[in-house]
Amino acid sequence: MNRRVVITGIGVRTPGANGTKEFLDLLTAGRTATRRISFFDPSAYRSRVAGEVDFAPEHEGLSPLEVRRMDRAAQLAVVCAGEAVADSGLEFEDFDPTRVGVSLGSAVASATSLEQEYLVLSDSGRNWLVDHTNLSPHMFDYLVPSAMPAEVAWTVGAEGPVTMVSNGCTSGIDSVGHGCQLIREGSADVVLAGASDTPITPIVVACFDAIKATTPNNDDPEHASRPFDRTRTGFVLAEGAAVFVLEEHERARRRGARVYAEISGYATRCNAYHMTGLKTDGRELAEAVTVALDEARIDPTAIDYINAHGSGTKQNDRHETAAYKRSLGEHARRTPISSIKSMVGHSLGAIGSIEIAACALAMVNDVVPPTANLRVPDPECDLDYVPLTARQKRLDSVLTVGSGFGGFQSAMVLRRTGGSR
Amino acid sequence: MSRMTIDDLRRVLVECAGEADGEALTADRQDRDFEEFGYDSLALMETAARIEAEYGVRVPEERMAELRTPREVLDLVNDALVRTS
Amino acid sequence: MSEGVYVTGIGLLAPNGSGLEQHWAATLAGRSGIATLSRFDVSRYPVRLAGQVDDFDAARHLPSRLLPQTDISTQLALVAADWALADAEIDEGFFADYDTGVVTSNATGGFEFTHREFRKLWTRGSAAVSVYESFAWFYAVNTGQISIRNQFRGPSSALVAEQAGGLDAIGHARRTIRRGTPMVVTGGVDSALDPWGWVAQIASGRLSTATDAHRAYRPFDVDACGYVPGEGGAILVLETASAAAARGARQVYGEIAGYATTFDPPPGSPRPPGLRRAAESALADAGLTPDQVDVVFADASGVPELDRAEAAAISGLFGPFAVPVTAPKALTGRMYSGGGPVDVADALLSIRDGVIPPTPGTAEVPEDYRIDLVRGVPRHHEVTTALVLARGRWGFNSAVVVRAVPGPRTPAPRRPRQPQERT
Repeated sequence: MNRRVVITGIGVRTPGANGTKEFLDLLTAGRTATRRISFFDPSAYRSRVAGEVDFAPEHEGLSPLEVRRMDRAAQLAVVCAGEAVADSGLEFEDFDPTRVGVSLGSAVASATSLEQEYLVLSDSGRNWLVDHTNLSPHMFDYLVPSAMPAEVAWTVGAEGPVTMVSNGCTSGIDSVGHGCQLIREGSADVVLAGASDTPITPIVVACFDAIKATTPNNDDPEHASRPFDRTRTGFVLAEGAAVFVLEEHERARRRGARVYAEISGYATRCNAYHMTGLKTDGRELAEAVTVALDEARIDPTAIDYINAHGSGTKQNDRHETAAYKRSLGEHARRTPISSIKSMVGHSLGAIGSIEIAACALAMVNDVVPPTANLRVPDPECDLDYVPLTARQKRLDSVLTVGSGFGGFQSAMVLRRTGGSR
Repeated sequence: MSRMTIDDLRRVLVECAGEADGEALTADRQDRDFEEFGYDSLALMETAARIEAEYGVRVPEERMAELRTPREVLDLVNDALVRTS
Repeated sequence: MSEGVYVTGIGLLAPNGSGLEQHWAATLAGRSGIATLSRFDVSRYPVRLAGQVDDFDAARHLPSRLLPQTDISTQLALVAADWALADAEIDEGFFADYDTGVVTSNATGGFEFTHREFRKLWTRGSAAVSVYESFAWFYAVNTGQISIRNQFRGPSSALVAEQAGGLDAIGHARRTIRRGTPMVVTGGVDSALDPWGWVAQIASGRLSTATDAHRAYRPFDVDACGYVPGEGGAILVLETASAAAARGARQVYGEIAGYATTFDPPPGSPRPPGLRRAAESALADAGLTPDQVDVVFADASGVPELDRAEAAAISGLFGPFAVPVTAPKALTGRMYSGGGPVDVADALLSIRDGVIPPTPGTAEVPEDYRIDLVRGVPRHHEVTTALVLARGRWGFNSAVVVRAVPGPRTPAPRRPRQPQERT
């Protein structure tokens, strides 16, 4: 069986961009969308900047009941799923629902609703023995985050394999990789795959404060996310979502669907080293890249662009740079590499899918998004990180990677499909 | 607030990051590198936060990254305690 | 045709026994792990019974360094993984580098740990929040910690599908092996028995409010009144038949012969629920027909309408009263991601010992369920093939088929062995 998987629909919500058109505009312009946190008063926190999505669920076609029931992350996922389906032109009424799956990623899932409920039940933290008499009927939906993929499944009536992939900050690549596997092995013909995270809530801000992974650079929120720049001071926490319609290639071709790209290779590895630390050699990320290239059956020299993890921590940027040199050899020096986290921040489990969306849109438009805010190169990161300004370039094969707590290292290869655009 | 002793530091470290690998942290071993006791940067970050809460001594982030041995931590904390008393 | 994926090691901690053999002996003897929740004063709450792993002292089993940074659910998972690897006698260095992966399921993350951190944040401020919170809470924590502790660098993942997720992990581990990683450690472990986790579970509306520990969770009974939640789970060592042969594995519990997962139609849809289809697809995946199945380990929700739906799926697929059905989880409570893997372990021991454990407590099954529920005492019966079912709230249905491996049988019941300790 040689089933191939293509992207035929995209829905995306990021800081500064609602939908694919705005997202492409932002990427092409190199515009940053990070700002001082507005969802709560961040004065008491070490890091007070974030990438927030301007999103009003009641204006997005969600009913009042759905708005009450779903955590914000589920709301974003459902809205993106709807947009992806509309974008794909698929009519789900004509489809066998048992052949449709869902693979949704998230790192912290319903953190926002959990925190809101906690404050009510515990009387703002005062009671360890929390109150059950004032309990939201949806509290269990927040406790167990598989409520989120269920909500996405219900939007189209999917009855095939439905799951949540929660691999921390690689969730957004791994959920799409998982969806591809379902199609390749024949468990589904169509999978809604993607990821959503909405971590701009005090507990998550505080836990990254504690570990000093987020930036304390609060004076200039728009320029706070500085991957690969010598003046970087940590990542900028963000929220967002992206969902794709993944489709078996032959089926997509038969119905004359617009194809953004083929997902031709995917691999994930663990560093088995440390829950938060990275070794400097990039060995396991390099292995993931190499295996993904092998699965895509392309040579490292075929890679036209790398969408980097580029979180903006010194540790990551050097680890990643080493991984590219290790896996691509000399070609690493010739390949444009950029981090869109410079513009939209790091939305934990969601960002991997958002970056796949960026890659697909970049390929369709033959444009390399820049690394915004990159003004002072770090001498230890000596590759071409496409500072500040987008570049026109034909993109046939693109690599995107992710790296996260728990030691997860993931890589995915997207390729242009001949003649179907 | 009284001075922080090596026993205090050992207690905080154990609470924050578990027992030392190999030999216990005692006064005659306070010049050994934290790495020798198996304490990584995460363990020291947690410990610094706990010291700050218990002793009211702020450990600046830049300083914390430089602290290599128990004695250096004790000196920093106790100097600060002397200054504030 | 892909080669077989074998289970060669099991580590299990359940409310009625820490250790595979301890749990199995309790399960056959009908010893329950359900009692009044003792971690906090539960008297004010409308639900008071839980399955707790009471005899668990993490400090006895794990390095001191890991304790401050892990929730009890992760401590249980790490120990289960240690015991599974010891049971399989995986020698360090046999599998190289990227040849071993970890796929776990998780439903509630490190919830007690995170409850403490929420409390610190809101009573003492953000500076009081632990550096460990960022990873002790998240759903990938067990996969990551097992990977690090055992130096497993292969493809790894964490899946969430409420109670169905544990079977999904096993299915995905098998997929991962078939895609080229010869050994994968898999399963699920959950615990959310702190006050907030408890109240959040009460919000499901499906917990039993009964106060008699022996009558609170009686799946398929005419008086079924919901379920009792439990903590714990199981971790399994899965490897290819050829890897097991090459290293002379001392035992093969059985083969993961089939797996499938489906999702129910949206609420209100006239279309049928997906559990039967999951079972059918898993059997088809194993190349088996329903008449070849010797026992079904049911999801056994304990909620009457869900019991009825599951009974209809089973009797519809196999015929009325055509196959023994059992639910030993009535002795442990529902363990969320841990539930399916513990059922798979029990199914494998049924194969090994030729005995089907009973569903304790359940006395009378409605006649129109038309299922042969094994009640009261164990039923001695040769078991070659077992079907394990699990459902997750909101519509997840998963099924795993385990089968005896041809050739020499698994060694007869070994003496109950204290799992080896390593720290």
